[in-house]
Amino acid sequence: MKNRKHLGLHGLTQLGTGGVNRYGYIGLMLVAFALMLLGKADVVVMERVRAHVIDGVSPILDVLSRPVASMDRIVEEITALRHLRDENEKLKIENQNLLEWQSAARKLSKQNDQLKSLLNFAPMNDPYFVSGRIIGDTGGAFVHSVLVNAGKREGIAKGQAVITGNGLVGRVQGVGVRSSRVLLISDLNSRIPVVVEASRTRAVLAGDNTDHPRLIHMPPGAIFVSGDRIVTSGHGGAFPAGIPVGMVSTTKDGNVLVKPYVQRERLEYVRVVDYGLKGILETMPSQKHSGKAK
Amino acid sequence: MKSNFWQRVDGIVRSTTPFFLTLVLVVFGQVPLHIPGFAEVAPILPLMAVYHWTIYRSDLLPASAVFFAGLLQDALSGMPFGVNAAVFVSVHMAVMSQNIFFQGKSFLIIWLGFSMVAFGAVAMIWALNFIVFAAMTPIQAAMVQYLVTVGVFPVLAWLLVRWQRSVLAQV
Repeated sequence: MKNRKHLGLHGLTQLGTGGVNRYGYIGLMLVAFALMLLGKADVVVMERVRAHVIDGVSPILDVLSRPVASMDRIVEEITALRHLRDENEKLKIENQNLLEWQSAARKLSKQNDQLKSLLNFAPMNDPYFVSGRIIGDTGGAFVHSVLVNAGKREGIAKGQAVITGNGLVGRVQGVGVRSSRVLLISDLNSRIPVVVEASRTRAVLAGDNTDHPRLIHMPPGAIFVSGDRIVTSGHGGAFPAGIPVGMVSTTKDGNVLVKPYVQRERLEYVRVVDYGLKGILETMPSQKHSGKAK
Repeated sequence: MKSNFWQRVDGIVRSTTPFFLTLVLVVFGQVPLHIPGFAEVAPILPLMAVYHWTIYRSDLLPASAVFFAGLLQDALSGMPFGVNAAVFVSVHMAVMSQNIFFQGKSFLIIWLGFSMVAFGAVAMIWALNFIVFAAMTPIQAAMVQYLVTVGVFPVLAWLLVRWQRSVLAQV
C-alpha cells in the first residue's frame, strides 16, 4: 500500500476508486450501448474490428491450444488402447461393408462418367481448400463459433463453407489476415438451406444454440423420419449442394431436430472450402491457394 | 537513485498485473478444451477476476480497465460489441457500491456474493443477446454456464488471493 502514491497511476485508476464515480459509469455504459447499436447498424465495420482483434490474439491462442490438443490426443490414445479388440472386430465388419460399397461406387462412378459424356455435361471447377487448426472455441452458451488459424493470407474469404471429413461445420463469418471466425451450424444466427437426401424435401436448418438445430420452412405435409440424412441443398448459392450436414434425430409436434455429423468438441482441424460459387455472401478472395495446408 | 527508479518500475509493473491477469483470463476462456458439452457451458473466467479485484484492489482495476476487458471478451467470443463491456462495468459498479460490506468478510460470504453477482451478469448477457439478436438463447445452457462459473470461482479466487498476497503485497 505504501508505494501507491508514487506510482503515478492515479490518472489511470481514478475512475471508480474512492466511492462510486457515477458519471464515469454512466459514460462507459453509454459507450457500451452505443457500440451495440453501431454493431446493429454497421455490421461490416464491427466485424472488421473483431477480425483485427482476433488476429492480434491468435498467435497466443495458437500456442495455448497446442498443449490442450496434445493432452486430448494422449487421453484419446489411452482410451483407444483399452478398446482395441472390440474396435478391431468392429472395423473388420465395417471394412467388409465398405469394400462392397467401394465396388458399387466404382461401378456407379464409371456409369456416371459415361452418362456425363453422353450429355455433354460441363464439369464444376475443383474446389480450393485451406486446412486450418481450431485455436479458439468461443461464446459459451450464447454464441456457437470457433476460431481457425488461417485467414486472408491463406485465401479464406467470408461466407466460405467449413467442413471436416464428417460433414459441414459452418461458414466463415469474419476473416482476419491470419485467423478467421467460423459460425457453427448450431448457432442462433445460422441458417443453412438443406434437403433430405432421399426424399429431396427442402428445408432450412436453423441453429438455436443447442446441439440439435431444427428444420424450419418445411413444405406443408412433408414427412421426416428419424435417421433421414440431411445435406446442403445449394439453394441461395452460399454452399454447393450435397455436403453432409446431419441426421434427423427427433420429430415431435412438428419440430424436426437434426443431430449434426460434426461434433463441436471433436473439432481440431477443419477445411475451409471455396467452391467458387458467387453466393449471397459474395466476397471472393483475391488470391486462392489450392490445397494449402497450415 | 537508481534503485529507486527500478523500484518504481517494479511497482508499476506489479500494479498492472490485475488488469493483465483479467485479459489473460479472457484469452484463456477461449482455448478449446475438447471436452464434450463443455464449450457451451464454459465458466466466464474474467467475470471472477473483475469481481475479485473490484473487492480487494479496485484501485488497480478501475471501471475503464474492466470495460476494456469486456470489449476484448466481446471481440473474441463473437458476441455483439458492448455486451460484455456493459456487463463487466455493471458488475464493477454493483461490487463498488457494496465495497464496505465486502471488506474483511469470510470467503463463504464472498462466494455467496459472487453467486448473486454472477447470476445478475449471466441474466444481463442473456437479455442483451436477446435484444440484439432478437432471438432467445436456451435458458438451460445459460443456467448451467452460471452454475459452472460459480463452481469454479473458489479455485480461481484462491489463485488470485495468492497473487494478491505475493506479487501485490508491496504495491
